[in-house]
Amino acid sequence: MDSAIETTHSEHDAAEHEHVFVPQHRHHFETEEQQREAGSFGMWLFLLTEIMFFGGMFFAYLLFRNWYYDAFVAASNTLNIGMGAANTAILITSGFFMALAVWAAEVRKKNLLVIFLVLTTVFGCAFLGVKYFEYKEKFELHHVPGASFDVSQFVNPPIDAKTGKPVGKPLAPDVVQHTQIFFFLYFAMTGMHALHMIIGIGILFWLLLRAQRGEFSVGYVAPIENFGLYWHFVDIVWIFLFPLLYLINRHPLAH
Amino acid sequence: MSATATSILNLPDQATATIPKKNFITAEDGLLSWLLTGDHKRIAMLYIISITFFFFIGGAFAGLIRLELLTPQPDLVASDTYNKLFTMHGIIMVFLFLVPSVPATLGNFLIPIMLGARDLAFPKINLLSWYLYVIGGTLTLTALMLGGVDTGWTFTTPLSTHYLNTHVVTTAMAIFVAGFSSIFTGLNFIVTIHRMRCPGMTWFRMPLFVWAHYAASVLMVLGTPVLAIAIVLVALERLVGIGVFDPTKGGDPLLFQHLFWFYSHPAVYIMILPGMGVISEVISTFSRKRVFGYTAVAFSSVAIALFGFFVWEHHMFIMGVSNYSALVFSLLTMLVAVPSAIKIFNWAFTLQKGSITFETPMLYAFGFMGLFTIGGLTGVFLGSLGMDIQLTETYFIVAHFHFVMVGGMLMAFLSGVHFWWPKMTGRMYPESLSKLAAVVTFIGFNLTFLPQFILGYLGMPRRYHAYPPEFQVLNVLSTAGATVLGVGYLLPVLYLAWSLKYGPVAGDNPWQATGLEWQIQSPPLTENFPEIPIMDHEAYDYEWLEHKTAHEVKAVG
Amino acid sequence: MGISPVIWQFLVKWLTASALFPREGSTIAPWMDELYFFLLAMTVVGLVLVGAILFTFSVRYRKSVHPVATQIEGSTLLEATWTIIPLAIFLITFVWGAVLYFRIYNPPVNSMNIYIVGKQWMWKAEHPGGQHEINALHVPVGQNIQLTMISQDVFHSFSIPEFRIKREVIPGRYSTVWFNATTPGEYHLFCTQYCGTNHSAMIGTITAMSPADYKKWTEDSTSGMSLAQNGERLFASMGCNACHSGTAAARGPSLAGVYGSKLTLTNGSQVLVNDAYLRDAILNPSQHVTSGYAPIMPTYQGQISEDGLIDLVEYLKGLNTNYRVQQTLTTSQSDQTAPTTPGVVKP
Repeated sequence: MDSAIETTHSEHDAAEHEHVFVPQHRHHFETEEQQREAGSFGMWLFLLTEIMFFGGMFFAYLLFRNWYYDAFVAASNTLNIGMGAANTAILITSGFFMALAVWAAEVRKKNLLVIFLVLTTVFGCAFLGVKYFEYKEKFELHHVPGASFDVSQFVNPPIDAKTGKPVGKPLAPDVVQHTQIFFFLYFAMTGMHALHMIIGIGILFWLLLRAQRGEFSVGYVAPIENFGLYWHFVDIVWIFLFPLLYLINRHPLAH
Repeated sequence: MSATATSILNLPDQATATIPKKNFITAEDGLLSWLLTGDHKRIAMLYIISITFFFFIGGAFAGLIRLELLTPQPDLVASDTYNKLFTMHGIIMVFLFLVPSVPATLGNFLIPIMLGARDLAFPKINLLSWYLYVIGGTLTLTALMLGGVDTGWTFTTPLSTHYLNTHVVTTAMAIFVAGFSSIFTGLNFIVTIHRMRCPGMTWFRMPLFVWAHYAASVLMVLGTPVLAIAIVLVALERLVGIGVFDPTKGGDPLLFQHLFWFYSHPAVYIMILPGMGVISEVISTFSRKRVFGYTAVAFSSVAIALFGFFVWEHHMFIMGVSNYSALVFSLLTMLVAVPSAIKIFNWAFTLQKGSITFETPMLYAFGFMGLFTIGGLTGVFLGSLGMDIQLTETYFIVAHFHFVMVGGMLMAFLSGVHFWWPKMTGRMYPESLSKLAAVVTFIGFNLTFLPQFILGYLGMPRRYHAYPPEFQVLNVLSTAGATVLGVGYLLPVLYLAWSLKYGPVAGDNPWQATGLEWQIQSPPLTENFPEIPIMDHEAYDYEWLEHKTAHEVKAVG
Repeated sequence: MGISPVIWQFLVKWLTASALFPREGSTIAPWMDELYFFLLAMTVVGLVLVGAILFTFSVRYRKSVHPVATQIEGSTLLEATWTIIPLAIFLITFVWGAVLYFRIYNPPVNSMNIYIVGKQWMWKAEHPGGQHEINALHVPVGQNIQLTMISQDVFHSFSIPEFRIKREVIPGRYSTVWFNATTPGEYHLFCTQYCGTNHSAMIGTITAMSPADYKKWTEDSTSGMSLAQNGERLFASMGCNACHSGTAAARGPSLAGVYGSKLTLTNGSQVLVNDAYLRDAILNPSQHVTSGYAPIMPTYQGQISEDGLIDLVEYLKGLNTNYRVQQTLTTSQSDQTAPTTPGVVKP
């Protein structure tokens, strides 16, 4: 039996030389298909690490929500559900345009690709804009954990103008500090999510430049596809955050 | 050449071997070609240098600790300084040495070659991993220069969040960044192993070294992010002043421990599995035999990784966790010990009916077998609930983890470095001197850490700056051993560096080993193989090798 | 025990005399040592076995006498053997260790309770009779002693190696451990959980004494009121007696005899009233409202130290009637002598 380190057969060689590699082909891969599959697999693995990363915070949130139910319900009801819902719609739309961008790359339509990437970016920035206003409101209401945290709204809930009743159950002083834990987790989770969005928008700008130069309309779609995976993941994290933070146990009276 | 009659170094082609002119080291010149490389072999070399650098810093701290512990009084350094010494020793040794040691150096170098690939799946991310490691290391050194951190490497809350004013946040960020280095390495390995095996290389034809790294990579990818979020939450709590770990505000300090140990227990398997991979290769080569029970060893690696995720609470048995959860975790801990036992016996039986020689890598491997057996079995002591009550938080724990990490992992690392040194550099190290270093290390290690088991049962607590006088004799023995151990570690650095210029030329396959890496030139070409190989024989196929050497096939050079 | 008492005593005496082994100072120590010797034996046997295999094969199959290796794939029988036997030994260890664990962490019902408060960087021991000790603990031999422990700041760990006990001392809630000292003498106390700068200075001495000596010690070292008396004083001065007066129309439930009883809360759940419950109810009253009462009790978080809480808990443990509570309603301080409580020495 011959040495196992055989050279590949000449027919295979011929086939390889006939194959036209895209300029982005990396030479440690044997075929373009191998490169694309490896890239996609790598991105899925990375998203798995992100799940484990966010998972720690989700676990902490679920634990404390269980322990400090009343305080968390009261604190959760002060979140602006209108802005949260708007953000959800904005992010889903952004994801929709990202999916369209992937399609445009696959059918090699450069202008459409650029338009869809721009729209994805615009809606991503809109999300961050709404978040800015939300955080600003929290800051003004003194709901940011730390020295200036104000518990008065929870100890003496304001009266709802329409019904004449307090908007929520007043919390006892020993329990009211637990609302700070809610807000700590709120800022940690949405802040980490926003950080991932900012990074994503940064990458989007870079991809836009390259798309404009035509790099992704010649059959090389892997970066767009893989970024699409990342963007959809960030979207999904928000889809979990929104109900957990804003929606469950919402008082019907709350704004 | 210092070959002995029983050595396998005196084969005809070795005597006429020369360093090939074209190899990955000579391929390009200049500092930037190294700092911006995508070549997994060059990145491995970069790692070897940086890891050695941090090892000696961590080792210096260990030396100072042992020096202080010569006397029962706290007379060498102030208490705060001592606390910083053991904290930095732990952080540097765990995160900047042990976690990257075998995977980032030997794994990076060898996995693509062992699989018949030209490089890892993502060379640029591989380089990024190294830069993240360097940045993490630099941040650690920054924290050190700024005054150090004294939380202990375990960052226990609420001490680390509310009761210390040292540089916790800087260190937390350093570990965060270094953690991503580890995650990306693991990610790279998993994708490479899944997608870039050469034709004919089925899963069960891969060397066991690759199986071990696969299991460790799964742990890296799934476990490290949880550490990342745990230390981010600690850093946030320090910055904001309130968080989820402060009991006076309703938080739970034990939550941190769950999040921390959820990573840090798999971390110890991240550290040891690659070392076990090395042992498989070395024992097989120096017995001239396929590893006994290849499938069992491969599945044991995966089993260790899987079970390793479900035992973290055994670090918290006396912390007021529910008795029933303690039962569950103790049982699972007993289960995770079994695959390691299986491996030890499989390696031991690989020697049966083999043809054994005792070069330096084999000596280190034997040292590993003995010391890891002790270390692993003392782990069973600690997994046993009642026994843990007496032994936890004492020097018994310190001795246990040093036996598995230093007596086990570090010996395996040295075994691997010596084994693949001729492949990576083209040069052979001086055999007699290396054998001496191995023996010195073994003696020094036992002298340092065996007394600590006794100290542990006597009750001497860990992280103690001063201790009752009746513990002094054992501490002096331990320090004496540490001095010997230090010599044992210094020697390889010196003679390996020497061998780069003056060592005898090794040739392609000085050990006459199977494995794709030994069928190519030493040092390898940048692209590893002139043509992608086709794998048509099993791993550790010595019959194939015999047939091949009879034909004197020279590798391309 | 499994092995002959004579051999056992010889072994332990020889080991202790050689300073390589701790004295056995408590009733649980021999149980712990027995498991330890079993595990040591397991380790030695395992090491010798592996060493023997390595040595024998290395000698018999070294290259100079066995130049050609025989390729062997494996052996399912051997794999099964060295899977099942270690697993069996480890499972035995698991059961044995679990039984020991439950023994050490479940105190017997007739234990004498001593409170331990840990803080950076000292231990405070509080005997029910009011004796306070710093970095020291005097106990009688032959008596089950339960330690109820809490930390004022970070995690500490209370360890008496020669009694073979250790437990984490946690901020925010009580943890307990028990022992029964067998021999009078002095024993090391260590803090074994790293707690900051002076962690290694957080050590002390446990002094076990004969019951007669212990009685003498308590009489000589009393420092004023007993814990319960102090608790009674706090109960009045902090205004607890106003709501918990025990009268029919009182705003808070009567606390006489509440310790050890099963209470129904406003949310319908049933709780057992123990030390931890009492402490939590004082600090987080709104989550521990007895059914039938309004949630109006203010929180005392930040207003009472752990020592004060221990005094109150100890007081409530022994409260059988509200007679003195109502007496103190009109006076803000209790300065009358306390009724005799069994086992507690009067000043």
